Amino acid sequence: MSRRPMFGAPPRGKTRRNSSNELKNGRAERSAYELRLVTAVLFVLILFGVLLARFVWLQGIQHDKYMTLAEANRISLVPVPPSRGIIRDRNGEILAHNYSAYTLEVVPARIADLDTLITELNQIVPITPKDRRRFKKLQEESKEFESLPIKTRLTDAEVARFAASSYRFPGVEIKARLFRHYPQGEVGSHLVGYIGRINDRDLTELEKNGMLANYRGSEHIGKIGIEASYERYLHGVTGFEEVEIDANGRAVRTLRRVSPRPGHDLMLSVDIRLQRVVETLFAGRRGALVAIDPANGGVLAFVSMPGFDPNLFVDGIDPQSWKDLNESPDKPLLNRALRGEYPPGSTFKPFMAMAALEGDFPLVRQTIADPGYFLFGGHRFRDSKAGGHGSMNFDRSLTVSSDTYYYQLAVQMGIDYIADFMAGLDFGRQTGIDLPGERPGVLPSPEWKRKRFRNPAQQKWYAGETVSIGIGQGYNSYTPLQMAHAMATLTNHGVAYRPHVVADIVDPNTGTRVPVAPRPERVLPWQRGNTERVLRGLASVITSGTAASVFRNAGYTAGGKTGTAQVFSLRGAKYSAHSIHERLRDHSWFIAFAPLEQPRIALAVIVENGGWGATAAAPIARKALDYYLLGKEPEPVAPEAAPAPSPEPHSD
Amino acid sequence: MIKQLWQRFKQPIDPWLLLFTLLVFLISAVLLYSASNQDTERVSDKMTFMGISLALMWCVASIRQQTWMRLALPAYVTGVVLLLAVEFFGVTSHGATRWLNVGITRIQPSELMRIALPLMLAWYFHHHEAHLDWRHFVVAALIMVVPVALILKQPDLGTALLIASSGFYVLFFAGLAWRVIGLGIIAFGVLAYVVTHWTLCVQILHEYQCRRISTMLDPTSDPLGAGYHIIQGTIAIGSGGWFGKGWLAGTQTHLDFIPERTTDFIFAVYGEEFGLIGNVALIGLYLLVIGRGLLISHAASTTFGRLLAGSIALNFFTYAFVNMGMVSGILPVVGVPLPLISYGGTSMVSILASFGLLMSVQRDRKLMKG
Repeated sequence: MSRRPMFGAPPRGKTRRNSSNELKNGRAERSAYELRLVTAVLFVLILFGVLLARFVWLQGIQHDKYMTLAEANRISLVPVPPSRGIIRDRNGEILAHNYSAYTLEVVPARIADLDTLITELNQIVPITPKDRRRFKKLQEESKEFESLPIKTRLTDAEVARFAASSYRFPGVEIKARLFRHYPQGEVGSHLVGYIGRINDRDLTELEKNGMLANYRGSEHIGKIGIEASYERYLHGVTGFEEVEIDANGRAVRTLRRVSPRPGHDLMLSVDIRLQRVVETLFAGRRGALVAIDPANGGVLAFVSMPGFDPNLFVDGIDPQSWKDLNESPDKPLLNRALRGEYPPGSTFKPFMAMAALEGDFPLVRQTIADPGYFLFGGHRFRDSKAGGHGSMNFDRSLTVSSDTYYYQLAVQMGIDYIADFMAGLDFGRQTGIDLPGERPGVLPSPEWKRKRFRNPAQQKWYAGETVSIGIGQGYNSYTPLQMAHAMATLTNHGVAYRPHVVADIVDPNTGTRVPVAPRPERVLPWQRGNTERVLRGLASVITSGTAASVFRNAGYTAGGKTGTAQVFSLRGAKYSAHSIHERLRDHSWFIAFAPLEQPRIALAVIVENGGWGATAAAPIARKALDYYLLGKEPEPVAPEAAPAPSPEPHSD
Repeated sequence: MIKQLWQRFKQPIDPWLLLFTLLVFLISAVLLYSASNQDTERVSDKMTFMGISLALMWCVASIRQQTWMRLALPAYVTGVVLLLAVEFFGVTSHGATRWLNVGITRIQPSELMRIALPLMLAWYFHHHEAHLDWRHFVVAALIMVVPVALILKQPDLGTALLIASSGFYVLFFAGLAWRVIGLGIIAFGVLAYVVTHWTLCVQILHEYQCRRISTMLDPTSDPLGAGYHIIQGTIAIGSGGWFGKGWLAGTQTHLDFIPERTTDFIFAVYGEEFGLIGNVALIGLYLLVIGRGLLISHAASTTFGRLLAGSIALNFFTYAFVNMGMVSGILPVVGVPLPLISYGGTSMVSILASFGLLMSVQRDRKLMKG
């Protein structure tokens, strides 16, 4: 050991020379070493002390914090989406259900070169150009780390083939998923609607309604139709699994499971067989039919033609199919029954008649001359029948559909009374049907006009405008649903039920049924004698009036009213169906109910550009009633064999 | 008969050090069983290594001090030559060149330096003990710097620092002036400052070294990289609480949250499963080992023995402290195993070899005095 530490040590020679100091120095050296040893011990104790303090801090004082962190670290809540409720028609036929299938899923964010991947995948599982287009579209709409199906509904052989070479495809996996399926295809598509992938707008909406949490783990949501309006019943309650995960996010074991509650099943009031029959009857024509059970407002058929295949939308529609649907001039995506607003034409007359009886206007007790026109304010309002119907009274006015009579009636009642009365029948406002996106239609009134137009000159109501309202023209425009609903209310003597397509909401576990709308919404204070008189008038339309030829030899009693909605103002020119473009032809209306004594069905049909009510719409109504009341299947109709308009036009 | 056997057994082996070592080994085996997810094969591998290491320790202990003194210079020179060989012919792995391929296996010369450097320095001071002055300390510093610089160049910051510290302990016990120690601490502080200031750091050290050090200061800055280790380590230890979650019951451990959980981060497993009580017990046990080493140093009859034993004891402490400090987040993540506990043979062999040296010093105490 050194006698002295290096710096500041006394001169070496001195120490060396003084040999008597050897022992002394040895002792000093020893004590210097001991000081070092004590320092070392202190060094060790202090640093271990620091470490111990750290442990006391971590394990004693901060223990709760780290415990929480550890729990959060290892327990992950994995949402378990519920299975969606099944939709059945009134007879139990399935309209929408789920089935399990394998999908090939890709997380695009984890793939370096998607095109190469798809090419390689294609050698194992055929991926069609349609699949590719659909995938591209999904990719644009989805978030970065989302797993997207590139190929759905794999066959067992495809699953096996992929499984054998899955090691080559990191970021690609096979998942079993529940798929929504609409076994009826296009039939009832506008009614049932479809589900689609949840988009940003859906998310905003869900968040607003406080339902976002319940959609963790769900990828689909009802977009239109029943799928959308009964979303909160169909979806069910998301369950979750408390899963212990490792640092790589792999599930190690399940600690706790809260099972999802499956969505409620729906039992419709709709008879899908009637629906199918009606859709066949349209035979390629555009239009809509709504049939309602007047006794409770249950919708029996809700047809909008043309339709579409809702299955296309379930796992993302491919851009070409979307383009085809969206850009078709026939507008297959437009729900005409719910959103198509058409002038009601003469089908408005029964309600005008009802209003006149209830208001006890003088005209209903008078017989007038119908010269084929009505002069008002220096303007000549033409009757559809040139030369007129001769002498005209209340009961005959419905049978032959006299325009002149209803022009006068409208003038006598005045626009305010008409608007008031019609509002009671839900004209100009939503019926409140359990389908999303219903249009209110237009019930014209001076007030409506003030709101509708900004230009003060346009805001004024002209008395001449009231005249056209009388025959269901002018600003009047209603949806087929509104017409059917009004027809049902009328046949029901003013007892109005809210139309509904779902009859019962069924708990899938207990089978408990909750009916949707059994109580009348409103009872209009009408005299029964008045409704009976109008309904008798409608019966005469069938037996001897404008629809007599269509309803010849019907095996039941019925009432109805034809109508024609002008698409194109002829400005006095003679109407000739053959000389004008098909899309400019009038819309053909028919409203009906049957049987007379105890109505079981009320309906409204419109055939776009179908011409006269009696030629296009009424035959569809007849066959629908035949099927519904008698079970008589209609003979197949060739699309081209649509009845041509009569060469000699006559009144509706 | 039994007494005779005990005497012979006692002769080369310090029973206390052996006892403490065996106790740490017991902890090690129990802990490895848990950390390796009950992999009995790895535990038995470890046991085999323990046996080999103990045998080596016995051999080292049986060799007399004079022999070790004679071997010091050749060992050191061999070490430096091998380090230079690494520089020219080394095997590169993970961006670091630390290994030499000698046909049947790879060797890591820096491991040899762990023993060779203190041996060399202790021998050097012993050789010059009669006329020691500041020049000897300069030479000693040079002896230290050569291997440390070579190891730093590999790069292997952790090992370089540990070997430097083992050399420093020899200098410390040899009587390095307090002033110099003070200056050294200041210099180290300045270096630490430079290192923690990024741009300066990158110019001096490798980028990943700088990152490791800066990560220590703010682990959350890189939660999935180097900081991940520290965060997961502290969570595991902290969630252990006073009494731990129990053997085999550490959730963080068994769910793969702890990286390198059988090697450098095994202490996180220990802290989680045995809690503060267990940590105190382990530190206590380590203190007994260190204390025994320092006692052997104190009782040593030669300067060589004194310096060597002191350095070995403090170096063992350094390993323990740096590893536990790193896992519990008060020191940067450097690749230092938890002495005698981490899985991996090399460090165990070198530590037990150093224990053998301690025992050799202890055995020759009386002989030298006599």
